[in-house]
Amino acid sequence: MPERTVTVACKVGLHARPAAVFVKKAKELPVPVTVAKDGGRPVNAKSMLAVMSLDVRGGERVTLAAADGEGAAAAVDELAELLETDLDG
Amino acid sequence: MADGARSGRSTDSTGASGPPGANGSPDAPDSIEYEGVGVGTAAVAGPVARMGRPLPEPADVPATGSVGDERAKAFAALAAVAADLRARGAAAGGATADVLEAQAMMAEDPELEDGVQARTDAGKTAARAIHETFAEFHATLAALGDYMAGRVADLDDIAARAIAVASGVPMPGLPRRTEPYVLLAADLAPADTALLDRRLVLALVTAEGGPTSHTAILARAMGIPAVVGAAGVLALADDTPVLVDAATGTVLARPSTEAMEAAVARSCAASAAAAATGPGRTSDGTEVKLLANIGGADDVPAALAAGAEGVGLFRTELLYLDSDQPPTFDAQVKVYKDVFDAFPEGARVVVRTLDAGADKPLPFVPLGEEPNPALGVRGLRAFRAFDGRNEAVLRTQLLAIREAAGTSAPEVWVMAPMVDEVTEAEWFCELAAACGLDVAGGRVGIMVETPASALTAGPILAGRTGFASIGTNDLTQYTMAADRMLGAVGALQDPWHPAVLKLVGVAGAAGRAADKPIGVCGEAAADPLLACVLVGLGVRSLSMAPSAIADVRAALASRTLRDCEARAARAWEAATARDARKAAAA
Repeated sequence: MPERTVTVACKVGLHARPAAVFVKKAKELPVPVTVAKDGGRPVNAKSMLAVMSLDVRGGERVTLAAADGEGAAAAVDELAELLETDLDG
Repeated sequence: MADGARSGRSTDSTGASGPPGANGSPDAPDSIEYEGVGVGTAAVAGPVARMGRPLPEPADVPATGSVGDERAKAFAALAAVAADLRARGAAAGGATADVLEAQAMMAEDPELEDGVQARTDAGKTAARAIHETFAEFHATLAALGDYMAGRVADLDDIAARAIAVASGVPMPGLPRRTEPYVLLAADLAPADTALLDRRLVLALVTAEGGPTSHTAILARAMGIPAVVGAAGVLALADDTPVLVDAATGTVLARPSTEAMEAAVARSCAASAAAAATGPGRTSDGTEVKLLANIGGADDVPAALAAGAEGVGLFRTELLYLDSDQPPTFDAQVKVYKDVFDAFPEGARVVVRTLDAGADKPLPFVPLGEEPNPALGVRGLRAFRAFDGRNEAVLRTQLLAIREAAGTSAPEVWVMAPMVDEVTEAEWFCELAAACGLDVAGGRVGIMVETPASALTAGPILAGRTGFASIGTNDLTQYTMAADRMLGAVGALQDPWHPAVLKLVGVAGAAGRAADKPIGVCGEAAADPLLACVLVGLGVRSLSMAPSAIADVRAALASRTLRDCEARAARAWEAATARDARKAAAA
């Protein structure tokens, strides 16, 4: 199961607009993807409400994981790259 | 709520000649007049939009429909709310579109759908399932503290909308509109009107209440014309055009052109006075942004005092006329931020990139000797010529604008000076996009200062260029082949010249065709009568010295869009600048 832990670059964290950018990308991916904070409970990365309820702030570390399947590793990499970019503005 | 009976006096609008924009179209036989109590003196026309009433919490009763029906109804309601949010976002554009897209994604959230489905599967009604599922997410987000307060409010709003749709009633609260409208309600409570946007609400019309009702008090306080207690008016469907005449206390549905023009003419003086503050618009509600020309943060207080809705021309080169060295990234971020931070959210600040050359040489943008600098390497050309040796200066400026705009409230737009054709415009868009500016969102544009770019505004706007701002001073200079700096040909430097107006008209038509905004920055925008003509030619923002804003605002407020168009058409046919001015004034 491909997995990556990254630091969220966006200063305001994963709220509202940045969360929307992230979730939108996740929805485009062909496999189920989860995101978890500090080893906490993983939530559906394709759910805006679930991602917002994680309350991820800028500079915090989150773990992305995808179910095994075609494109899973690439999906995790794509989302990881996105989180390492400042999405605000 | 009052019933929908049409107790209003019905009038047969004989002698009517047809709706605006139509030529010789039939009468308006379906005009209906409602009588109430007028508040104010102005007459305005616009489409009605009704206030939705909030629903009580849906009862937890067993669904009468099948499980599948309730689930389908709930999902359809969520999808309808998401689609509605997206449509409004698309209409508003810019940052608003992003915010509404995020809300739309909440409405169609997969986890939310799971929760709703679990509840309809358990036999709950669509409305109740939506209510309970949202309540659960409300609790989760609210527990995260104040940081999430805005999102929790969004969530409640989405829930109320979805429940209304699932229950087959209008969505609660103020209509979400991006175009001006006449607010229609049974009556208004203080809470209803707290968020009322003066820029969007042309008039208030209620079926209940009298001259001392909250609606009437609010209308007086806000200077919004109103007709209260107009029984039967709730029968009007959303988007029905109405003429609200506060002076006579009447609401005329589907008015004839004659009725509209007579009423609007009668209220001209009143509305001009009332328009002493507030955003720019014609008397029939066409929005025309009134913006200020500035050269730096020092000019901002005057702009704000005049009620400018932002900046239409920020002449950045004025900051650096005396510099030997190119301004650093950090220094630019600071000065741009000082300007941006002075304006509120929703305002627009259009930054013109360095306009070097001709009358404004910049020591750090070397250009070489030219016999005729006005026709030489200047404006955007200065950064493309000489194998791009000056390009780094422009790149640094774009990056600095991007950085300063990132955390600022107003919408920051960027435009390039002296663009002749689409290849240059695309080159600029490419560079701006590479520097992180919002090209796709329509915030990168060009100045139209040459006949070439005016005449090819169509192909330019068909590309990535998001908007055009017409610099009438240079456009006149190049159209008339009359040097701005030369007193001997000064008489030819008149933006009223029909040749100039025709070029503005071509650019205005191209803007309408591409659905991209066309503005004017330059002396022409500061002339109240010419400003009306420019609006008649399709211009929808005017940027000028702050001191001119009040007069231009009053001139626009006293005329309908059709009147502006008629004046423009007469000026367009004239032979000289003098004739054009006379024809427009007639």
